[in-house]
Amino acid sequence: MSGGKPRRGWGGLLDAWAALVLLYLFLPIFVIVLYSFNRPEGRFNFVWKSFSLDAWRHPFAYPQLVDALLLSLKVAAVATVVAAVFGTMIALALCRYRFRGSGAVGLLLVLPLTTPEVVLGSSLLSLFLAVNAAMGFTTIVIAHVMFSVSYVALTVRARLRGFDWALEEAALDLGATPWRAFTRVTLPLIAPGIVAAAMLCFALSLDDFIVTLFNSGSAVTYPLYVYGARRAAFPPQIDVLATTILVMSLGLLGGTVRWQRRRARAAPANP
Amino acid sequence: MLWLAVFFIVPILALARTSIAGGGGAPWWDGYARAFTGYGGFLIRSFRFALLATLIALLLGYPLAYVMAFRSGMGRLKHVLLGLVILPFFTTFLVRTFAWKTILNDAGPVVGLLGWLHLLPAEGRLLNTSWAVIGGLTYNFLPFMILPIYVSLERIDRRLVEAAQDLYSGPRRAFRKVVLPLSLPGVFAGSLLTFIPAAGDFINAELLGGPNQSMIGTVIQNQFLQVHDYPLAAALSFVLMAILSIGVIVYARVVGTEQLA
Repeated sequence: MSGGKPRRGWGGLLDAWAALVLLYLFLPIFVIVLYSFNRPEGRFNFVWKSFSLDAWRHPFAYPQLVDALLLSLKVAAVATVVAAVFGTMIALALCRYRFRGSGAVGLLLVLPLTTPEVVLGSSLLSLFLAVNAAMGFTTIVIAHVMFSVSYVALTVRARLRGFDWALEEAALDLGATPWRAFTRVTLPLIAPGIVAAAMLCFALSLDDFIVTLFNSGSAVTYPLYVYGARRAAFPPQIDVLATTILVMSLGLLGGTVRWQRRRARAAPANP
Repeated sequence: MLWLAVFFIVPILALARTSIAGGGGAPWWDGYARAFTGYGGFLIRSFRFALLATLIALLLGYPLAYVMAFRSGMGRLKHVLLGLVILPFFTTFLVRTFAWKTILNDAGPVVGLLGWLHLLPAEGRLLNTSWAVIGGLTYNFLPFMILPIYVSLERIDRRLVEAAQDLYSGPRRAFRKVVLPLSLPGVFAGSLLTFIPAAGDFINAELLGGPNQSMIGTVIQNQFLQVHDYPLAAALSFVLMAILSIGVIVYARVVGTEQLA
């Protein structure tokens, strides 16, 4: 590695330590990919037997697993769109206006991130029980929007910190309507922040277990199915789908990074 | 704005109301009384596990963040390392925890290796022990420790380090006097982001531990969803939140950082 420190011994030790920590982070992922090729004995895919492509050939062999995954994708899509719109609005309001209680709102944004998920989940459940709401798709979406909004608002607000409001004023001076000035000038400039936050929300929603467990009623999302699988059966198809999600997200991430780089190159003046 | 008010404040109020609902003619503090008398042990265990997980994560994460920030050069390698750290987020949390179940299996390689090294008694196992749960907690929240530390290290002006060395401080002294204090906000944020979810988590305890490793989250979840003892469960939730908030404030005072996570 470059930038070596004068004392090589210490540096080498540090690098080795870092490599070990990375290995620790990766071990389970190797296991997931490896065990998607396992032909397990019995219903639980926890012990290695022999190499097989069966699970990859029939990835949708468990209809309940497929339904659960589809439900999760639906929830994540709706929750992400709602959270992106609300979060962006909150961030814009916080940056543009100083109003009474804007400090309190700033604190409110951080609170859901620093509250354990059990507390978030159980307090939402208390609310839903109090108003006698029917648990299911809607309550899951509401719960997911609740924790996602904070991420969007904080990410977009960070992006807006370096924003030059004179640009929007210039558009207004040049005769643009406020809406047009927003869609043509402000929105494109903060779009990368919104996209990044939306991707994070989607991933969080798809992955969320604890909050969902409290508010799902009888609906089964993908993590809930996996959780239930610890009792009934843990087929290798779970590993197959997990690997597929991993590869697809990597592709998506790579695509977004490339898109942002191209934007950055196209408009080098932007912060 | 309203959204947050409605979907954060109101649920908390609903939780508070449920916790003092009593039920069956019991006094309002009944839930809290039972929470403290019957479940104090679970609370203490949760905080002990979370604290250990946070310390181990700090021990593992700080050097990695340091290498990423200072030793990986300016080019590709840094981005690759950053990508590698967030990569685990792209596989489901639960599936990863199940993978640990596979790794720590009684017939698995880790138990075999430790047995061979005589670090583990012949009939010893890793699953259903406290160490499995703490290891799982550490693993799951490690990226939350690494990323804030990395960000705070990355922000440090390299010239400060060079200045310290020009003024004849050794590398170790430069680290202690310059780099470490400047990275403390990251350590602070990372520790909170690790400790808070770890204290409330019940998945690791449930999947990697046995009945003796149940954490407070397990109890809350059970009381809410299986036993339907809402006042008790809500009281436990509230106590957990209150203790964490107090802890965060005290911690902020001690570390002396103004910026919250």
